[in-house]
Formats: sequence, C-alpha cells, structure tokens
Amino acid sequence: MEALLLVLAIPLIGGLLLAIWGDREVGQDLNAAVSFLTLAAAVWLTAMVIRDGPLLVWGEWFFVDALNVFLVTLTAFVGFTTSLFSRPYMRVERDHGKMTPGRMRLYHSMYQLFNCMMLMALTTNNLGILWVAMEAATLTTVLLVSVYRTAASLEAAWKYFILCGVGIAQALFGTILLYLAAERAIGGGEDALLWTHLANAKHLLAPDILSLAFVFLLLGYGTKVGLVPVHNWLPDAHAEGPTPISAVLSGLLLNVALYAVLRCKVLADGALQNGLPGKIMIGFGLITVVAAAFFLSRQRDVKRMFAYSSIEHMGLMTFAFGMGGPVANFAGLLHMTVHALIKSAIFFAVGHAAQKAGSQAMEDIRGLIKVSPTVGWGLMLGSLAILGMPPFGVFASEFLILTTAMREYPWATPFLLIALGVAFAAIFSRVQPMVFGETSVRALAHPPALLPVFIHLGLGLMLGLYIPPYLNDWYEQAARMIGGG
Amino acid sequence: MFFWEPEVNTLLTQSINLFATGLLVLAFAMIAQRRILTLIHLFTLQGASLVAATLVVAYLTDQHHLYYSAAITFVLKVVLIPILLHRLIDRLNVRWDVETLFNIPTTMLIGIVLVIFAFNLATPIAGLSASIARGTLGIALASVLLSFLMMIVRAKAVPQVIGFLSMENGLFFAATAATSGMPMLVELGIAFDVLVGILILGVFMFQIREQFDSLDIRHLEKLKEE
Repeated sequence: MEALLLVLAIPLIGGLLLAIWGDREVGQDLNAAVSFLTLAAAVWLTAMVIRDGPLLVWGEWFFVDALNVFLVTLTAFVGFTTSLFSRPYMRVERDHGKMTPGRMRLYHSMYQLFNCMMLMALTTNNLGILWVAMEAATLTTVLLVSVYRTAASLEAAWKYFILCGVGIAQALFGTILLYLAAERAIGGGEDALLWTHLANAKHLLAPDILSLAFVFLLLGYGTKVGLVPVHNWLPDAHAEGPTPISAVLSGLLLNVALYAVLRCKVLADGALQNGLPGKIMIGFGLITVVAAAFFLSRQRDVKRMFAYSSIEHMGLMTFAFGMGGPVANFAGLLHMTVHALIKSAIFFAVGHAAQKAGSQAMEDIRGLIKVSPTVGWGLMLGSLAILGMPPFGVFASEFLILTTAMREYPWATPFLLIALGVAFAAIFSRVQPMVFGETSVRALAHPPALLPVFIHLGLGLMLGLYIPPYLNDWYEQAARMIGGG
Repeated sequence: MFFWEPEVNTLLTQSINLFATGLLVLAFAMIAQRRILTLIHLFTLQGASLVAATLVVAYLTDQHHLYYSAAITFVLKVVLIPILLHRLIDRLNVRWDVETLFNIPTTMLIGIVLVIFAFNLATPIAGLSASIARGTLGIALASVLLSFLMMIVRAKAVPQVIGFLSMENGLFFAATAATSGMPMLVELGIAFDVLVGILILGVFMFQIREQFDSLDIRHLEKLKEE
C-alpha cells in the first residue's frame, strides 16, 4: 500500500520539483534520480505482490493484479533507463541550441508527469479514472512532441492532439455506455465503474450496450495503440519529438493503451458470450500488421520507420489477444514486454546515431560501426531482435502467436507471414548500410549512454531463453483472466 | 406537495427534450457558421443549454451530484472557456475573421445522414436506460458526430478547437442523458483534462502563428507518406 503510494507520488512530486529546477545543469541528474526512486518503489511493490498476492486498496479504487504488476515494473524500468539515455542526448541537443532552459524545464517536468499518469492509468481500478489518466498522459506529451518548435514538430503535435483527442473522446463515450450498463446491473454510484465490481458482474451487463461500448472503447483507445486506420498521429509524433520521448511513447504509452483495451475486452467478452470482441480485435490487428509492414518499407526517416514497426507489433499483439486462449494471451503479454524493452533500446541507439550523423534520414547515416562500434552493434542487434530472430524474446512470442494462428485461424497465417517477411526485408536492408559501410558521421561532445541499450537487449535475450517463474505465473494468471479463445 | 406538481414535472421532462434539441440545432449552426466570433457565441449558448438540461434532470431525479456537475459545466463551458477563447482571438487578432467554407449544403446533408445514423444506433440502447432523459441519447450521439464532422471540414485552428470542445459538450450530455451522471471524481477529472487541454491548445496556436504567420491548418500538411 505504501509502495503503491510511493510509485504514484514520486514521479508527481518529481515533476513539480523539476518544473522549478529542470533547467539547471543538475536537472538531468535529478530527472534520472526521480526515475530511479520510482523504479525502486515499483520493485518494492512487485516484491510485496510476490509475497502477499494482489492488492486492492484505497476504497478499492486502486489495485495491482497479475495483469498490471509486470506492466508497472516495466513502465518504471523503461522510464528509468530512458532518463539515463536522455542525459547525454539532451545535453547534445542543448549544445546544438535546440533546447533552451525553458524548454529543458518543460521537458523534465512533463517527462515525470507523463510517467506518473501512465502508472496511474495502470494501477487504477476505476475505468473513469483510467480514461482521465490516459487523456492526461496525452496532454503531457503533446508539448514534448512540439518542443523544438519546428514547422514539422508543430504539425506532428497538432495532429497528435487532435487525433488522440477525438479518439479519446470516443473512449469516453464508450465509458459512459459502460456506466449505463453498470447502472442497470449493479446500481449506479461512485463504485459502479470499478473494474473488479464490473468483472464480477460481467454476465449481468446488457449485451446490446456492451457491444456498442466495446466498439467505441476499442476505436478510442485503439487510436493510442496505433491501430490502422487511426494510426496517423503515431509516425509523426515519433519522428518529430525528442528521441527519449519516442522511446517512451513506443515502449510504454502504446502498451498502456492496449492494457486499457484488454480490461474492456474482459468485460465485453463476459457480457456478450459470443466472442465478438475477439473477432473485432483480430480484424483490426491483422489490418494493422499488414498495412504497417507495407508503409514501413517506404520510409526514409529512421525514426518513422521504427515507429511503423511499433504499429506493426501493436497490431500483432492485438491480433494475439483477439484470438484469446491461454497460449495466444501468454504470447501477447510476453510480446508486450519484449517489444517495450527492445523497441526502446532501438530508439536509444537510433537517437545517438541520428545525433552523430546530424540527420534522421537513413541515407545520411552510414558506417556507424567504424565511429562508434557500440552504437552500431546496439542498432544491429536491436533490429535483429525486433525482427524476431532467435534467441531473442520476440522470436518466442511471435512463434507462439503464429502457431496458434495456424491452428485457430489458418487463413490469417499467410497474411502474417507476408507482413513479417516484408518488414524483415525492409528493416534489415536499411539497417545494414547504416551500421556497416563507409562512414561520414562524427563523434560527439558527450559520450552516449549505451548501458541502457545493452541492458534492454540483455533482458530481451533472457526472456527468449528463460522466463522467471513468478513472471511466468503472472502471464498465465493474466492470460486466464483475459480469456477468450 | 402541490396539486399542480405532476403537470410541472411533465413540462420539465419535455423541457429536457427542448434543451437537447437546442444542443443539436446549435451543433448544426456551428458547422455552417463562418465568423469566428459568432462561433464562440454559439459554443457558449450550447454550454448554457447543457447546463439547463443537467439542472432539470437534477431537479427531476433529485440527484444532488448532478447540481455540482451542472455547476462545473457552467463555470467551465459558459464562463471560463469562452473567456479564454475571447482573449485568444483578441491576442491572435482574428476576432473579425471570416472563414470561407465550401459546400455548406453538402456538409449539412452529410450532417443529416449522421443524425439518422446516430438515432438508429442509439434506439436499442435508449430503451434499456432507466434515466428520464433516455430518449435524448440519440441526440447526444448525433451532436458528438456533428462536432466530429466540423473538425474534419474546418481548415482553421480556432474553429477546429471549438469543434473539439463542442464534442465534449455532446459527451457530457450523453453522460447526463443516458445515465444519471458519471461518478463525481471522474467528472472532475474529465473537467480538469478539458481545461488543461484548452490551455495547451492556446499555447499551441501562438506557436503555430509564430511559425507560419497564419492559423490555417492547411500549412500543417507537410508530413505525408512518400
């Protein structure tokens, strides 16, 4: 209970402090320190959950169960490593004159508040508060996407705000419909939107209302997941914002949005009993995977390309959860974890590489391995890992998803294989000359933070070979909870 | 208890429909309105009819938290946001701007189709609602979709934002019409998000103006797929 309070309070207080001191030289370190404390609190919380089981606290308004405990730790962890990466990265940006003191303050403060809002969205039991936290997470990142004030970044941020605003408004309508169903089933009042109450009474929820509510919720939160055709904001926001923000958007925010969809799917499945939510998710997931793979092969900006790769992977997860059942759900949860780790590692490497080359265009980044072997190898290994090469964790989860698809939905398998093949060819053929070949890039004043890259890749590798028993338990419990199949 | 109370209550129940219709008509008016200043007036009026509808529902169902909800809506949608918008258009110097809109009749026809669609979608659900204002769920959904349409067809930043806010009005109305208002804390959270959102949008518009010397969203179409 105290641990959960700390998990939420540390980034909040940190965000307020950094709003005052974020522009000092020490701001970078303060930011990393706050993120470290958040991670420590999250580890403590996890240890408590391992020892005592799930938590349900503060008038049942907050909870930690098998589905969100690992996401909380993952969010705090990636938040911390990204803050480490951000130190040298933002120093270079400041030296290049892209970050003024005021912008630094905004950046650090919003970074912490963004983390706080994601952790709140993950741990709240109230679907209304979940909505509020998701919207607040959007608001905190909007100004970060436009922090450089270039024409392109303003456009990206405007698109991000308007598209996600419209999306999240649809999710609000879905939440209102959910409340309407709850009012009929378990009575209204302050507790009617608590997920645990709704999940206990999910068979009583009116199917007519829930089917419409789920469509709105999926479209709404799906906008933030990056599902095609409501994905347009995502590549722009990733490409134009500072790279640490691209890393946390891809690694964390998309996961949190998908988590919201999963919570809603459990309720809709229980009420409808006909597998319709799963089928809708399969449809959206498949379209997303295929469309993203083809968009991906046409990109010239390195961050845009990996943003499309994120869309592709989110589509794959949506597809997996749509199929449902213990194996596909397990694979989806594992994929959420490894994708977050590896995609943020890639963005760290890409960030340093783009700074060295002075450009995000892939044709300008050449021969990284000669100037900076670690950045080069980080990018190469990260790309191989995200493309699903064994023994990385992505291989394990994609393998499970594909074998389940062959058994349950054989018609979908060729589409998935083609999409994965196209993505492989596209990313590998572009990363290869960026890493090897003749070089034109230069060294930078501040040494890059490469520890996070290799820690992430190491963990991604570990999850491909060995999943710790308690993590395995959580995945299995959560997979049962999500159900379907 | 007065002998005329049932009649008054019937009248009040009907007045909810009246205010709901007002919301919808105003949503249509906003789509066709070219002058930014009038647009803000229309938005304020829409907020006012939302407050009135919420108050009537609160009185009829005797739910005290709906009075608070009406108060929040009043402060936010009728006072604070319109003041912010007025200051914004003054400082951006676009108070007397007139936007050229193409194809108003076509847009209106699309709007009518949207309304029919919304009513069809809402009919089976409205029957399940226990709220006295359940017939108005269709209207709420229709005004959400109309605001959505407005955001698509408008090319300038301020009207797009007003479309966004008007969509929020429709959603709040849905919450009062279909249910008897969301839980208080959730409603406060939503109101807070809306307020922060409009402040950020205000900051944004200055940034856009600084960058492009115009608030035309058509400048924001450089990022395209190759």
